[in-house]
Amino acid sequence: MTDPVTTEESHVTPQKPAGGVKATSERPKAKPAFDFEPKIRIENLSLYYGQTRALFDVDMSMPAGEITALIGPSGCGKSTLLRTLNRMNDIIPAVRVTGTVAIDDVDIYSKAVHVDLLRKRVGMVFQKPNPFPKSIFENVAFGLRIHGESNRNSIEETVEKSLQRAALWDEVKDRLRENAMSLSGGQQQRLCIARALAVGPEILLMDEPTSALDPRSTARIEDLLDELRSDYTIVIVTHNMQQASRVSDWTGFMYEGYLVEFGQTEKIFIAPEKKQTEDYITGRFG
Amino acid sequence: MASIIDPKFKRGFWQDGEPFVWGTAAALSAILISITILIAVIMVNGLGVMWPSDVALLSLQDGAQVFGLPLREDPILGSDAINLQIKTGNRDLYGADFRWVEKGTVRAIEYPSDVYTLERMEYGNFYGRFKRLGDGAAPASSEDLEKAWQAGQEEKERIAAAAEEVNALSRRIDGISGRVLKLKHSGTPENDATLQGLLGEQETAKQELQGRMAEQSALTQALLAHTATFVDAGGREMTIPLMNIVRLYQPSQMGIGAKSRFYLSKIGELLFDEPRESNTEGGLFPAIFGTVMLTFLMSLLSFPLGLLAGIYLREYAREGIFIRIVRIAVNNLAGIPSIVYGIFGLGFFVYGIGGTIDAWFFPERLPTPTFGTGGILWASLTLGILTVPVVIVSTEEALGAIPRGIREGAYALGSTKFQTLVRVLLPMASPGIMTGFILAMARAAGEVAPLMITGVVKLAPTLPLDAEYPFLHLDRKFMHLGFHIFDIGFQSPNVEAAKPMVFVTTLLLVLIVLLMSSTAIYMRGRMRERYSVRSL
Ligand SMILES: Nc1ncnc2c1ncn2[C@@H]1O[C@H](COP(=O)(O)OP(=O)(O)OP(=O)(O)O)[C@@H](O)[C@H]1O
Ligand SMILES: [Mg+2]
Repeated sequence: MTDPVTTEESHVTPQKPAGGVKATSERPKAKPAFDFEPKIRIENLSLYYGQTRALFDVDMSMPAGEITALIGPSGCGKSTLLRTLNRMNDIIPAVRVTGTVAIDDVDIYSKAVHVDLLRKRVGMVFQKPNPFPKSIFENVAFGLRIHGESNRNSIEETVEKSLQRAALWDEVKDRLRENAMSLSGGQQQRLCIARALAVGPEILLMDEPTSALDPRSTARIEDLLDELRSDYTIVIVTHNMQQASRVSDWTGFMYEGYLVEFGQTEKIFIAPEKKQTEDYITGRFG
Repeated sequence: MASIIDPKFKRGFWQDGEPFVWGTAAALSAILISITILIAVIMVNGLGVMWPSDVALLSLQDGAQVFGLPLREDPILGSDAINLQIKTGNRDLYGADFRWVEKGTVRAIEYPSDVYTLERMEYGNFYGRFKRLGDGAAPASSEDLEKAWQAGQEEKERIAAAAEEVNALSRRIDGISGRVLKLKHSGTPENDATLQGLLGEQETAKQELQGRMAEQSALTQALLAHTATFVDAGGREMTIPLMNIVRLYQPSQMGIGAKSRFYLSKIGELLFDEPRESNTEGGLFPAIFGTVMLTFLMSLLSFPLGLLAGIYLREYAREGIFIRIVRIAVNNLAGIPSIVYGIFGLGFFVYGIGGTIDAWFFPERLPTPTFGTGGILWASLTLGILTVPVVIVSTEEALGAIPRGIREGAYALGSTKFQTLVRVLLPMASPGIMTGFILAMARAAGEVAPLMITGVVKLAPTLPLDAEYPFLHLDRKFMHLGFHIFDIGFQSPNVEAAKPMVFVTTLLLVLIVLLMSSTAIYMRGRMRERYSVRSL
């Protein structure tokens, strides 16, 4: 199970070729190698919560400017994997990580990396909307302020731009000074997306961003993802098969800490290679 | 759906939970009732004493007559008779302010309109009729009496101003003495020019002081010569210097408006004047001031210290056996009797730190201690130590109650731990932290035991904060409402006369605590509105 994905390279053609150079094939071991330039490259990644192992030798790459979905049954390690990408697991004591996570070929677990700068480049949106109990404006401006922006005009400009990108501007432009807690759940989640966009990340991690929302808000967020896709590299965890197939370009199926299968979404959903994947997708377990 | 409609169905008495609801309600009612009774007793006894009641004339069976205020009735054990307590005043005539008579022996109670109530500088109130002014050479009416008294009051103010000058002079002499001591201590020869200059200055000042004091006492003597003579119900005369009369009025001739004005002026006196008659009369200003200042200084120490310690415990310390022990210890600190903190304060702050300060900075004054004796600084430090656990615990809990998602949201934006703390967590925790402040403040304001050995006094000649350089005198002793209650209620030579003051002081202390905590609660409410994570 440690080497789950064995797709031939030739089958895979990314929709948005980014140079077309193979970047992940230096290692002798048979690796999932695709014809794209990976924004994120995960090699041999394992993670332990104290004594318990939650990730087993995960190898995976995520292409730039596309949406990668992580699916799998509850407790299989999707959130854990996602949180290794912005080192969110650092705040949990007794977590140990081995292997490599490289973003733009820089190992993010190396000593020289500034975790704050990393998180500025890798934004995150959580399952439960978590706006700060501040005004709508201050929520979006928060990231700018902590990274040292103090020019009022430029803050205002970025806040407006981010809210527009998050498709929330029209709804809140007249109530920017109101407490963010007065927004609806779907609006709060879009606010959190705007908040993440404001600091100018290149990667967006989303952990079941719509699971707490009603179908309409979910649809809005999915539309939003579609709009953001070309400018950001997005990794999304979801329990919703339709959502994964609708929004993502690439899909990884996880099971009990292993990455079982990874490939283009169409392929995973139409012709999965592994039996487990098929069972899960067709709803036979999970 | 038949099964859920069953007219015979009934849950068991205990399963139903109804008795539990009653139990909770009963518990709350019990608490409310006892608090209400406590407050009511304090209010009734405390607010009533300052009202100018009409003076009664009681005619007794044996033909004797007495002026006084009937206070309360007590059944005599083992008989049907009832004892009546009367405040007769005139302690210099009768030897006591109060008298008990059996109610059956009182033949009549009238309220004659010409009786005066005199509040005096000493010997308590006097109840009697006005007889004459001075030696009685010229006949005098009530108006003459009041005019003469008014003139006396103005004269008294001039004497007070003179006394203030005398005080300033003697403080100046003290200052010079301090410098002389310092010079001598540092081994300056006797013939040194500066030392000689200072000694000369001191001598001139002393002479001036002598002159001023003589002047002042002459003025006082002259004023004391103006007297008025009053008679009690039995016809005994009492000659009283007008100067010693603080207030004089005929309550039966006052309307409700006049009485209310009088009442307000009494409250004003209470809040802004010095006490007199070994604290049983007069105002409470120094005690109020001391209480507020003590609480304030205590807060300055306890709040930041507790806040920082709580932040460290929750946010920075590595969870482990040591931290757990620290946490348990902090929680248990609240259970230590406050007198123990007092003893600690005496040993550590007063003798330890204070003694060291004296040895280093004021060696010339020894053996007279400067900081090596109780004072408002040491008392507030002691109270600070006493209240700091409350602040720590509430800070920790307030921070711990913040949902994890909020922290993660901040970290995920690249916020450092410190930025997250300052910009997100602390504002959100502020209502909970304020709760700790409120509890700490209320506890500190009501604490007496530790103060008694760290610097509170029954009568402080000066305030710890005044117009005299360096304005803030942290080494000074101070007065305190809580200690005042103990002192006048249990240490006073005339406990019965002091009783009303005990209630008034208690009421005031309760009001001050209430005022301070409601301000804080108001602020907490504002913060809660702003930083609540509950969706609206
Ligand atoms: N803080 C933690 N400490 C210890 N174990 C943890 C912690 N967080 C997660 N785990 C464990 O790691 C495993 C993977 O958890 P993870 O949250 O990544 O699952 P998931 O795939 O996101 O599940 P879900 O779909 O329910 O969100 C689980 O077995 C979980 O119990
Ligand atoms: Mg999860």
